[in-house]
Amino acid sequence: MRTTPLHRIHLEAGAKMIGFHGWEMPVYYDGIRDEHIAVRTHAGIFDVSHMGQIEVEGPGSTACLQRLLTNDISRIEIGGAQYSLLLTEDAGVIDDVFVYRLGGDRYLIVTNVGNHHDDLTQFGLVSRDFDVHVRDVGDSYAMLAVQGPHARQVVGATLHIDLPARMHVAARQIGRRPAIVCGTGYTGEDGVELLIDPEIAPAVWAELVDAGTVPCGLGARDTLRLEAGYHLHGNDLTTEIDPISAGLGWACVESTGFVGCDRVAVFRANGTDEKLVAFTIEGDGIPRSGNPVLQGEETVGEVSSGTFSPSLDIGIGMAYVRSDLTAPGTLLEVDVRGKRRTARVSSKPLYPKTEEET
Amino acid sequence: MSEPSYPDDLRYHPEHDWARIDGDEATLGVTWYAQDSLGEVVFYDGPEVGAQVSKDEPYAEVESVKAVSDVIAPLSGEVVAVNESLTDAPEAVNADPYETGWMVRIRMADPAEVDTLMDSASYAASLE
Repeated sequence: MRTTPLHRIHLEAGAKMIGFHGWEMPVYYDGIRDEHIAVRTHAGIFDVSHMGQIEVEGPGSTACLQRLLTNDISRIEIGGAQYSLLLTEDAGVIDDVFVYRLGGDRYLIVTNVGNHHDDLTQFGLVSRDFDVHVRDVGDSYAMLAVQGPHARQVVGATLHIDLPARMHVAARQIGRRPAIVCGTGYTGEDGVELLIDPEIAPAVWAELVDAGTVPCGLGARDTLRLEAGYHLHGNDLTTEIDPISAGLGWACVESTGFVGCDRVAVFRANGTDEKLVAFTIEGDGIPRSGNPVLQGEETVGEVSSGTFSPSLDIGIGMAYVRSDLTAPGTLLEVDVRGKRRTARVSSKPLYPKTEEET
Repeated sequence: MSEPSYPDDLRYHPEHDWARIDGDEATLGVTWYAQDSLGEVVFYDGPEVGAQVSKDEPYAEVESVKAVSDVIAPLSGEVVAVNESLTDAPEAVNADPYETGWMVRIRMADPAEVDTLMDSASYAASLE
């Protein structure tokens, strides 16, 4: 099992550890609920060093990524960030990634750990046709996500750096080492993600925790992202699911000629049989991935992600359901271990969003 | 409670359930180990008074943020009381699994079943 540079710190803090795609990671420290609420109300810090990073550099880098990824890379200015997808020829989702433009011909792509190997394979195949260098730089960085309404304030004051705006990226010095600071996250809150030298990661983590950020595990990361309505690859996205069904048509620009663009164009024009919806459970019951979704006696879909929402104190989830049943307010039922629970299709995010600080 | 605890006055089932024997009745719940493995319990769904429970069979569900788990009956019998407070405050299963976190009280169908359960020392050793 692989471990991050913060492994000892997690153990000393009494974290409950789990295996996650070959990595031993904290699922929670004191409890998922309190960690979740800390991110919604103050600031939490997550070790996400298991995530993968790929660097693409060279004169052909923009053209190469335009072919590899679904979104329009040319729209990212230097110092910008963009959400994008990597597809099969059949428009199945290999991975969903963040792309950061570090320079004119230099990009960093942050991948999901479970797909990093497949991503590299696809990058390797496609990049042959372009004048680029593709490097797996996953081992070069520890990655910390600091998220919450006070996250920026705490990070800026503690590390004495100016932070890039939301959906932007900047090169900075942290601990006298080069670092990349990203104005992105996976919680629905404002915040930053720090890509830093693994050697200084324990000291940076300790400083930010001393400054009041609350250590959070993968458990809270999942409840936070699901309340925000963000997809999790492996649950809500797979190579069997196309971006249009997944509600990610906004991240696909077919005119760029990406791998899978023809199929995406067909799905977009003709519509899909199923679509991903977010829902809340009315009353008791916590939906889980794989639960059937019913209307009357008919099975009309399946839950792809489900959990308990610490913000709302009810079960929430996302499900692929028949395309005519996706309007917010639609009442469906979820079969939760043999018990029918009422589910209401809802708009995202599922939690009441407070005023944003920018 | 944050430290492992397996009181001496209880009997234990290998599926991480305890029974407190009182004459021909027994109070049932889950052990410290069970609640620690589950994490924060956010939902409890148990039987009603009058229901029959069977040794080694599920009689309730406890659910944490991350996972759902059956609660296995360590003994057979008829439910004579249920812990109504767990519906609104299921976190008592974590905070106090042996007192306020109890689940049901049963009238035992076969008190001889008690002899099949482990004592505290044996149960604690089984977790090593």
